[in-house]
Amino acid sequence: MRLTGDPVGLMVARNATPEQREAFRVAHGFDRPLAEQFLGYLGNALGGDLGKSLRLHLPNTELIMQRLPATMELALAALALSLLIAVPLGIVSGVFPGSPLDLLARLIGLAGQTIPSFWLAMILILVFAVNLRLFPTFGRDSPQHLVLPAVALSVAGMGQMVRLLRSAVLEVCRENYIRTARAKGLSEVVITLRHVTPNALIPLVSVVGVNFTYMLGGSVYIETIFAWPGLGTLLNDAINDSDFPLVQAITIFIAAFAIGLNLLTDIAYDLIDPRARQR
Amino acid sequence: MLVRFIDALDPRQPRSRLRVALPYGVHRLLHDPGALLGLVLVSMVLLTALFADQLAPYGPTEGSLLDAKRPEAWQEQGLPGHVLGTDQLGQDILSRVIYGARVSLAVGFFGVLLASAIGVTLGMSAGYLGGRVDEAITAVVNLLLSFPYLVLVIIVATVFGRNLLNVIIIFGVTDAPVFARLVRGEVLRLRNVDFVVAAVGLGVPTWRILLRHLLPNLVGPLVTLMTFEMSAMIFYEAGLSFLGLSVPPEVPSWGNMLALGRKFLYIFPWMSIYPGLAISLTAFGVNLLGDWLRDVLDPRLRRAD
Repeated sequence: MRLTGDPVGLMVARNATPEQREAFRVAHGFDRPLAEQFLGYLGNALGGDLGKSLRLHLPNTELIMQRLPATMELALAALALSLLIAVPLGIVSGVFPGSPLDLLARLIGLAGQTIPSFWLAMILILVFAVNLRLFPTFGRDSPQHLVLPAVALSVAGMGQMVRLLRSAVLEVCRENYIRTARAKGLSEVVITLRHVTPNALIPLVSVVGVNFTYMLGGSVYIETIFAWPGLGTLLNDAINDSDFPLVQAITIFIAAFAIGLNLLTDIAYDLIDPRARQR
Repeated sequence: MLVRFIDALDPRQPRSRLRVALPYGVHRLLHDPGALLGLVLVSMVLLTALFADQLAPYGPTEGSLLDAKRPEAWQEQGLPGHVLGTDQLGQDILSRVIYGARVSLAVGFFGVLLASAIGVTLGMSAGYLGGRVDEAITAVVNLLLSFPYLVLVIIVATVFGRNLLNVIIIFGVTDAPVFARLVRGEVLRLRNVDFVVAAVGLGVPTWRILLRHLLPNLVGPLVTLMTFEMSAMIFYEAGLSFLGLSVPPEVPSWGNMLALGRKFLYIFPWMSIYPGLAISLTAFGVNLLGDWLRDVLDPRLRRAD
């Protein structure tokens, strides 16, 4: 993050003397060789020290931890919402292709791919806050404040999950063990709940993990629009303020989080699906 | 002579594939309203971008403060000359949406072209050469793929400056791993197919095997992935503009218009509605077209319904 621009120009007073500028550089270590700065940063990062914000003069880790709960709340709410709608809808649409619910499922699947979340957020504000006056538009004071941001953030993931589940169900329904179950005389309800659903849910596990990290990314827009006091607004402010250490710290944090989550997803996959273990 | 013979053995040469795919594609186009709609939408956006100068009633940055902040023409305070209203500077929303198609399509098209060029080169090297090369490329690809894409783009975009070429390069480079992964997998599968084994046995040079036998067989999945990645890039470009990290603010891109519109959302909602609608319709068209291309070019991936 040291390639473009000089933060010194932004940070010191306009009438600062060259000596004062130099003193600022030395104080922040900008005068040392790049390799030394980088290695020092790397060593500190491994120890949990992600440097200090240029603007807010606080340790970056402290700033991140302050904002993390709000972001987690929003991302988890969006994830729960997308699962709550995607799982039943995806299964029903796969079991009854061509039904009205299937049409709805395919529409949601398409919406997730074609409506940008930040535009959806603005439309939700216009309809539900400005015109209908049902929900507040910014802040994080009551459960009502969570509704619109969570809906806006959930749609992309919801669409992906519905599409995935639908095709998984269609595939599972063609398997031999489903034919066997039918031949045994099991009712369609039992077949769907006991045999189709558990098998179709397996591929969903990996998507849930990926989606959660994407929601952390997407929260940059949604949090900014709804003034939600989380990591996303912090990142957006840091970008606008050219607060490079903070941008760097937040991206490193999200990336580490994503990699950890990927690992957990892989482990969960092995636990759930014995076929994955044998490979 | 022998080389020609080997070429003839390959059942999926471009000419013979086209002979099968073309009539099937036309057939599907006529019987699948979605595919037709996709083609119409994408052609419309493409023509809009190409003929923006002729179509737009005003220039992209042309406007008079006297006409500023007007709603759509059919609203009470609308002006007949400004069908979709004007922004806070009096610039015509319709004209800016029309010119915005250029930015989105340029980023989507050239970004995908660059990403696939890099991805195909890396994926083919990894899949065909194997060994250390494969390990090194796969490690980098997996590292980049494990990052949330948006975060990756933000890091790169904060480092480089704001202009169209940089944005295209950012998307081209950060999206390349997706193509590399697809191509590597396909090459690994194709390497042991009879016509490739025969070509190797007959001493056909490696470059000829790669270009003549492997590349044509990659076209189907590649074109399909390209369309989906293109709609994703149009999305992400708008998102980057929204964060102020894409093309400069005076350039009429859909994302820039949305970023500006957000500031006036409560008072001049028409500033945000139409650019977003343009993004959605374009992504919708490209996705429908992608489904059609997938059905036509890659029978193995055909939709389950």
